[in-house]
Amino acid sequence: MSGVATPDLELHAGGALSESPEWLEPVRRAAAERFGRTGFPASRDEEWRFTPIGPVAQTAWRPAPTRPDDLDAASLAPFVFGHPEWSTLVFVNGIYHPALGSIASLPLGVTITSLADAVRADLPLLRQHLSRHAPIEGSPFTAFNAAAFRDGGLVHVPAGHDLASPVHLVFVTTDEAAGAAIHPRNLIVVERGARASVIESYVTLADGQAYWTNPVTEVAAGAGAWLEHTRIQRESERAFHVGLTHVDQQRDSHYRSFTLAMGAALSRHNLHVRLNDENIETLMYGLYLTRGEQVADNHTAIYHDRPNCRSWEVYKGVLDDRSRAVFNGKVFVQPEAQKTDAKQTNRNLLRSDLAKVDTKPQLEIFADDVKCTHGATVGRLDDIGLFYARSRGIPAEAAERLLTYAFAAEVIDEVALEPVRLELDRLVLERLGG
Amino acid sequence: MLEIKDLRASAGDKEILKGITLTVRPGEVHAVMGPNGSGKSTLAQVLAGHPAYEVTGGSATYDGRDLLDLEPEERAQAGVFLAFQYPVEIPGVTNAYFLRAAYNEIRKAHGEEEIDSIDFIDLLEEKLKLVEWGPEIMSRAVNSGFSGGEKKRNEILQLAVLEPRLAILDETDSGLDIDALRIVAGGVNKLRSKDRSFVVVTHYQRLLNYIVPDYVHVLSGGRIVMSGGKELALELEAKGYEWVEAAAGQPAGATA
Repeated sequence: MSGVATPDLELHAGGALSESPEWLEPVRRAAAERFGRTGFPASRDEEWRFTPIGPVAQTAWRPAPTRPDDLDAASLAPFVFGHPEWSTLVFVNGIYHPALGSIASLPLGVTITSLADAVRADLPLLRQHLSRHAPIEGSPFTAFNAAAFRDGGLVHVPAGHDLASPVHLVFVTTDEAAGAAIHPRNLIVVERGARASVIESYVTLADGQAYWTNPVTEVAAGAGAWLEHTRIQRESERAFHVGLTHVDQQRDSHYRSFTLAMGAALSRHNLHVRLNDENIETLMYGLYLTRGEQVADNHTAIYHDRPNCRSWEVYKGVLDDRSRAVFNGKVFVQPEAQKTDAKQTNRNLLRSDLAKVDTKPQLEIFADDVKCTHGATVGRLDDIGLFYARSRGIPAEAAERLLTYAFAAEVIDEVALEPVRLELDRLVLERLGG
Repeated sequence: MLEIKDLRASAGDKEILKGITLTVRPGEVHAVMGPNGSGKSTLAQVLAGHPAYEVTGGSATYDGRDLLDLEPEERAQAGVFLAFQYPVEIPGVTNAYFLRAAYNEIRKAHGEEEIDSIDFIDLLEEKLKLVEWGPEIMSRAVNSGFSGGEKKRNEILQLAVLEPRLAILDETDSGLDIDALRIVAGGVNKLRSKDRSFVVVTHYQRLLNYIVPDYVHVLSGGRIVMSGGKELALELEAKGYEWVEAAAGQPAGATA
């Protein structure tokens, strides 16, 4: 890449690398070594062709400050859902701040904690899962994260448990984060027959600051597990956000994801889901709202490895001004994955002549008895719909807002958790100026 | 209330309305009939301000105002309502939200206070009865996945809530089975009053057995070729549109 020296990953890890348990340290060193070899992806790399990561690669990011700002819980009120009975873990500039959140009283065996604490205690669960799902070979950003992460959330719901109240992992940046790189690392393990709802929020109190967030979340859903996973990205509009979520699902499990991207100058989220066994259901909903010169990039990959599974994906975007969106949806259906039912939809609403979308479905199907469909649209609001609303007395601008909201609401409605759904509604209406 | 004079309108470079003249006084019900392509739906849509049509001549005055100069929302706020032939589906917005938004916009335009969702539910209760519906319909997305009959009923529900002074029904009977037709027509009849006028656009006489008009006009080739009382509809039913066209010296299907 350019003349910027390879970042010192040990420095970014803030000592966490050499303090790792003996099984983990080599994993992290291998990741550091790998990143040292590859560096950031080149723009000719097919996976990054439409993603202008130049500013991320060419900035000499400093490690995030280890001593976080003094915040009070009230300053986080705009980002939480007003349910004190939920478990809320707050990470300020990447570091866990227990006083800012609270953990619900949990059934015996359930663990909700900071990953740093879990690593220090060397919980046995980590050997089985940490860095086992998201391979460091997957992307240089994942390798960087594996080497440099300091903290994040750990949610472990053992077999048969129903985590009655949701878990909210809040990653908030403050002015102290300016110029820094933050590498949150989350691990969510929902074992056989267990149920959970987890929300990840990437939010900021430093609007206008440039920083880089590089989170990796690993998810393991056991046989018959049920997990709703919501991801909200509302970074500073000058920040960079490059994240990966990797999910491994076992037999009969149900995983539903909703992702919202509305912050950051450049955001990229990779959501990879591997269907490792039969009779799995995977639902992936996404919404991105961009304005100014924002770029929002979603890359999803669904690996149908086994027969009789269903995946259903709908990503929608609303683009204003000169903003840009990228959608790439991969669906791999292996030869033995007969009776796969996979549907992918990407719809984009352009609200300006200068906004632009690159959308690419990428289906690779090696089985013959499957039902796989995809569809992508890029367009404007329908004139007849607008006329219908106006003919009922709703002024043109409000009618546009209403129909744009309606467009977005179709995916928001798929969020099962009502307080989250209502908050998403509010965020969209606020962005649309309604 | 509504005075249309020599109204001409085109879609693209094709002239569809070729000089319509029609006067509707308060409380009157006018049926506009005609074969396919005669321009009757175009007339309904032009009066509501549909963007696909361009008015190329003539005038339409509503309560002394130039109706054609108003935006579609201004027409609605002034009390003009079009029940669509093909009501639009709006997935993602509930019937309750949409209808309250419309109701409040009309109130705002009259300098009245908006009403909240609780008061709106009270108001709805009585209106829903007009179309023999329970409250469940209000939490469904607007027309989304509605049957043809449900969509038409929903138009009449909107009419009942928005209380226009001039209601234009564009082929509200098309695609309705006999039960739905009875409900829809029953709703309309309960909304008839000495201040509210209706223009009922229909292809078939059947609807007019339920909504009995004061006047019947027959359109052909973008012009009104015959007008009369309610008995004209029966005569049409018996003799067919060819009879009118022959009487008016117009070939059938002069416009597509």
